[in-house]
Amino acid sequence: MSGRALSYLLAAGALLALTALAFAVGRYPVSLGEIAALLFSKVTGSPHSLPANVETVVLQVRGPRVLAALVVGAALAAAGTAYQGMFRNPLVSPDILGVSTGAALGAVLGIFFSQGVFVIQMLAFAGGLAAVGLVYWIGSRLRGHDPLLALVLTGVVIGTLLGSAIALLKYLADPYNQLPAITYWLLGSLASISPRDLSVAAPLALLGLAPMLMLRWRMNLLALPDDEARALGVDTRKLRTVVVAAATLMTAAAVAVSGIIGWVGLLIPHAARLLVGPDFGRLLPLAMLLGAAFLLAVDTLCRTIAPIEVPPGVLTALIGTPFFLWLFALARRSW
Amino acid sequence: MKYGFVLFFFSSVCFSQAPVVDATGREIRPPAKVERVYAAGPPAGLLVFAIAPDKLTGWTREMRPNEAQFFDDKYARLPELGRLTGRGNTANVEVILRARTDLIVDVGSTGATLASLAAQVQEQTKIPYALFDGRMEATPAALRSIGKLMGDEPTAQNLAAWYEGQLKDVKQRVARASYHPLVYYGRGSAGLQTGGRGSINVEILDFLGARNAAAEARAGLVTVSFEQVILWDPEVIITTDPNYWASVWTDPRWRAVKAVAAKRVYLSPHLPFGWFDFPPGANRLLGLWWAGKLLYPREFGVDLRAKVSEFHRLFYHREPTGAQLDALLDEPGVLPK
Repeated sequence: MSGRALSYLLAAGALLALTALAFAVGRYPVSLGEIAALLFSKVTGSPHSLPANVETVVLQVRGPRVLAALVVGAALAAAGTAYQGMFRNPLVSPDILGVSTGAALGAVLGIFFSQGVFVIQMLAFAGGLAAVGLVYWIGSRLRGHDPLLALVLTGVVIGTLLGSAIALLKYLADPYNQLPAITYWLLGSLASISPRDLSVAAPLALLGLAPMLMLRWRMNLLALPDDEARALGVDTRKLRTVVVAAATLMTAAAVAVSGIIGWVGLLIPHAARLLVGPDFGRLLPLAMLLGAAFLLAVDTLCRTIAPIEVPPGVLTALIGTPFFLWLFALARRSW
Repeated sequence: MKYGFVLFFFSSVCFSQAPVVDATGREIRPPAKVERVYAAGPPAGLLVFAIAPDKLTGWTREMRPNEAQFFDDKYARLPELGRLTGRGNTANVEVILRARTDLIVDVGSTGATLASLAAQVQEQTKIPYALFDGRMEATPAALRSIGKLMGDEPTAQNLAAWYEGQLKDVKQRVARASYHPLVYYGRGSAGLQTGGRGSINVEILDFLGARNAAAEARAGLVTVSFEQVILWDPEVIITTDPNYWASVWTDPRWRAVKAVAAKRVYLSPHLPFGWFDFPPGANRLLGLWWAGKLLYPREFGVDLRAKVSEFHRLFYHREPTGAQLDALLDEPGVLPK
């Protein structure tokens, strides 16, 4: 068996084991037998004799949260992988074109105007799309520069502008009520994920994933300079637009339900690249597996180690950094 | 004798009044005549306004129309001066100076950050800056000290005595209760933020002897998971968020909690100042009566409308109209149907 296949297999195995573990642990005690009995009764349609709260916890609370961690982790890792390939830059994260900042501004506006959870999520999603739309529109109109550089710079500049709008709203917000809510949103959390959130976010993320999967072999050409790619018969401009739209859709859907969770989109693609090399077609599935497993592991810790929730953004870096350095020291592969 | 009289007269005009020791242990010497007081945060503004409304130079933020309706126009229209507390200053020291401020008062946390801020601003502006403890039990003492600093001792004394009587009455009623329900305070639009043991956000629960479901969490605001709330299984939920209150009845996850099944989820009134949690000032006295009624219906057989009217008359200087009382108490979720 090649090392590459082993990487996929190990990652998939780890993900499966983690998912089973994540279902089995939590603040509310549910045994593996109860979960099995519940799933069996749901699949066969036969009634079960479990307490009603067990069903609520597994199907309404823990289940959606586990799935959301998988979806968000995979989406952030996929978007990061696509951007790092496209921008030919290992320091790029899904946020480079302002999607998270735009989503944050949308969510903060929702909190500022005392809206409910659903409206806040919709505003975050719309804010993410709008921010990248704006960046792309301006960036592609700045002629006379390298198109990628123009895009990145516009992303940074607009991101800063949106960031100061967020700061202004924080400053104006009610310090007893809205300011803590804004702070918690910006810290990110999967604590309040509902089945409905998942049923909206997961299809949107899949919708973004589809073009990436279909174009995965052509994605490598984006790493070539524009004229070389064109000589090979690829319209890089069009391809780039599709990739940006797909990655934005995925990230915006994820961030709208989870808030901002850093690290995953930046460093999981590196971890995957260390394992299977830079070819996008091989990289994308592994990055998604790793991203999903990583965020699931982190979120499981977040909800189990204390009676109160730990923000995932804190743990992603705390756990991720040593893991990444270990992987980096182990692998001898060049970019 | 003659000289003595002259000396007495002289001293009372030229020298400042007797110093008052604030919560940080600093001796505050106000000028002989305090006419204009700047309140550094909403809880302080409320007490200064209650003692002498015409001496308050402004609110920390402009009143919104739904808040202004409870006050006389000239008070509702006082300028916005910003806040000057550890957490996000929005006040400009020059604005405070331009308002010809005689005294700065803050009420709330008395930790080292705020104490040093008070000392620093006083040093900078030469305006005496007094800081007092904002907890419920400390409110009568804060009223007395602020009254002394402002030269309005009799009024402040009356308010303090009345407030003390209210707290005592509440305590006696709580002492008669035989069962203390388990209560969860749900904040934020998802209801998953709460206050841990000893947190100022749930001071009303502690004062009422209710068992705080989140007592095992650390003090201050925390986020908790659904599973944890289901595990605590509170009998009563109190919230300050109308969106959250509306969502518990349709969200299947909340149905697993006893309080929701028993329809004991209540929404705190928030006008003109919140009753339950914020701002953490004297306004929460109404929250004590309201939550007391919800948690111990038998012991708290008081007329809430009368309590609201009395508090408004004493602290806001205007009784609410019948329509305003209806609007406050008939909002869905405020009282059991």
